[in-house]
Amino acid sequence: MELTTVWFMLIAVLWIGYFALEGFDFGVGLLLPVLARNDTERRVMINTIGPVWDGNEVWLLVAGGATFAAFPEWYATLFSGFYLPLLLILVALIVRGVAFEYRAKRDDDQWRSRWDVAIFVGSLVPSVLWGVAFANILRGVPIDSDLEYVGGFFNLLNPYALLGGVMTLLLFLTHGALFIALKTDGEIRHRARALALPVGAAAAVAAVLFLGWTQLETGTVGSAVAFLGAAAALLAGLAVTVRGREGWAFVGTFVAIALGVAGLFLALFPDVMPTSLATGTSLTTTNAAATAYTLRIMTVVAVIFTPLVLAYQGWTYWVFRKRIATHHIPAAVGAGR
Amino acid sequence: MDPTDIARWQFAITTVYHFLFVPITIGLSAIIAGYEITWLRTGNDQWLRLTKFFGKLFLINFAIGVVTGIVQEFQFGMNWSDYSRFVGDVFGAPLAVEGLLAFFLESTFLGLWIFGWDRLPARLHAACMVLVHLGTLFSAYFILAANSWMQNPVGFAYNPDTGRAEMNDFAAVLLNKVQLVTFPHVVLAAYMTGAAFVVGVAMWQLGRRSSDGDRPMYRLAVRTGAAIVLASGIGVAITGDFQGKIMTDVQPMKMAAAEALYDTEAPADFSLFTLGTLDGEKETFSVTVPGLLSFLATGDTQGEVKGINDLRAQYEKTYGQDPGAAYYSEDGYTPVIPVTYWTFRLMIGLGVLASVIAAWILWITRAGRSPAGRRTVWVAMALPFLPLFANSFGWIFTELGRQPWAVFGLMTTDRAVSPGVSTGEVLTSLIVLTAVYGVLAVIEVRLLLTYIARGADPLPEPTSDVDEPGNDRPLAFAY
Repeated sequence: MELTTVWFMLIAVLWIGYFALEGFDFGVGLLLPVLARNDTERRVMINTIGPVWDGNEVWLLVAGGATFAAFPEWYATLFSGFYLPLLLILVALIVRGVAFEYRAKRDDDQWRSRWDVAIFVGSLVPSVLWGVAFANILRGVPIDSDLEYVGGFFNLLNPYALLGGVMTLLLFLTHGALFIALKTDGEIRHRARALALPVGAAAAVAAVLFLGWTQLETGTVGSAVAFLGAAAALLAGLAVTVRGREGWAFVGTFVAIALGVAGLFLALFPDVMPTSLATGTSLTTTNAAATAYTLRIMTVVAVIFTPLVLAYQGWTYWVFRKRIATHHIPAAVGAGR
Repeated sequence: MDPTDIARWQFAITTVYHFLFVPITIGLSAIIAGYEITWLRTGNDQWLRLTKFFGKLFLINFAIGVVTGIVQEFQFGMNWSDYSRFVGDVFGAPLAVEGLLAFFLESTFLGLWIFGWDRLPARLHAACMVLVHLGTLFSAYFILAANSWMQNPVGFAYNPDTGRAEMNDFAAVLLNKVQLVTFPHVVLAAYMTGAAFVVGVAMWQLGRRSSDGDRPMYRLAVRTGAAIVLASGIGVAITGDFQGKIMTDVQPMKMAAAEALYDTEAPADFSLFTLGTLDGEKETFSVTVPGLLSFLATGDTQGEVKGINDLRAQYEKTYGQDPGAAYYSEDGYTPVIPVTYWTFRLMIGLGVLASVIAAWILWITRAGRSPAGRRTVWVAMALPFLPLFANSFGWIFTELGRQPWAVFGLMTTDRAVSPGVSTGEVLTSLIVLTAVYGVLAVIEVRLLLTYIARGADPLPEPTSDVDEPGNDRPLAFAY
């Protein structure tokens, strides 16, 4: 197999890891004002993702770095082209990350409620915008023959892309609700499970519409198989939610997101960023790629270290496998004002 | 303003800001790991209380360091897309490896350390902080390798067909001679910074407690911190000296700019300070050390140091002086001299001052003494700011001293910027990020002060080390 194809697949894997993992911690942030009735319950929710959210976010950083190294032209066109959405995502991720760490540092309701807003908005913005961004990549954007993005900001806001944003938002909400159901105990667990069904049904509708649309426009046999698998996994996940099997339900949304993203990448290949201009040039795995030498070096590094990362990150989830309930939350220790 | 200037301001602001938090993270993670291991070895609870106390301060600092790091990775593509296209084949690799080796290690094991007090056996828990520190070192290594390549590009060939620099020797990029001296210099400076923070915080606590049982504990922190500041300060000076010689070799203009040396001299003097414009036109007053610049640049007090005028002529010959030439720069390959001149001095001066203060603190706290008079406390509290700002000045010197180049000899900065990004977009980004960073700085400093003032908490009632089955007690740590 061509090294450029290998790296296209590896970058797909990194985005799959990012969305399947940070997807649920976005969901938890989004559900904070919905599922929790008091501060202790909010802390239960935040502490389910406390030890892992930062590690989940690193998947994004590595996806960005790997794109820079393996497909410099893709990295350059994408990041300079999707300028304002990425700026919004950056600001959202900044305030959200600080919020998790600082929220409990003062025993003060106003302080906490401000950080709660930061967590909610910081989870909402990327949940929608990643969907919008990926939809635009698939749909094609104005890229000229110098591989420069020449569209503006509003070019990115089209019905297909907005549908993509709605889909990622609903999927992450479902994923987060099932994670809360899996990782908590008591009333909040039941509330989360009850909410997962209607939100999951809406996510399924959005996914069928968006993935179906994608399949019609740019789909391949491979992407069709992946999309069908994603739909089946999502529906199976919701079906077992009804029967109270939270672990399998979470596996369902995890697989659904993974296969959905895999399908999007299959539909994209061999382009990495197609142009919508007749006179433009599409970025492909070939014309955007780094040299074979660089790709070989990177492949060696990835083959050695990716399994190691997966092993210790998996171990973290094992260490923190216990459900958290309100009686596990210690008294607020933060200093008063 | 044109987009290049705005993008440069953004890079300067976000990078200098990010690098206020980075050295504290590198330095404190090593010190906290040291405290926790010492606690395990000695069983003395003072070390555990220091571990937890500085652990809290570490996390307040780390939170901002990690989120501002995301901006660093994104802005190469956002603001500097032509740079990214040109160097991606070389420069992207260390960045990607940094993410895979360092960021995963740091974030995963820090999560385990924060929440793992009652979940992990004590040795494993301490090992987590060691791994966090290892992650910070990996991170420093790869990002500094990337930066060293910009100072001294090696291990690549320019491909005229693709119009970009293409890597042909990754080992050469990782073992760049600039990198081999920059890495120890930066990491030792980070140890200085983290340790100076410990000294300042612990001395403040000593000053507030005229007579209580916690004094010996804070004295331990002051002593360990001051010893690390002094030892690493000496290391910073030695590695800095090596750097000077390598810099003279690969970027002679930067060395000339560090002294505002216009005419080639042998021997060349080093001025401690200068009153005047530094433009080489008018006579200036300065206090100089004879032959010192020659020594810094060549290792010989009589050595010849090339001046700006000769170097400019040489660079113009090599790279052309025609406005249409690929490397043309209005400033004639010369950086902004007052900036390089003063940042070079401030970097060295603050670093030396910090080492001297650390030596003084070690002296006055010798043999069981723990003085905490007003003056001592004030000096100790000023200490963290010296290496912190010395770091900033060092980076401003390194990066502005390379100008007008983004990659020395290969690409000028004004050709590195994103051609498709509008002035309005870059300006929006600059304003938004600066505003967010400013607000976060205020929140962070207030929170740090609150927690520093609270001091080390007493230890909770002892519980079993490891989480046992059926144990349903509250979490040892929770957000």
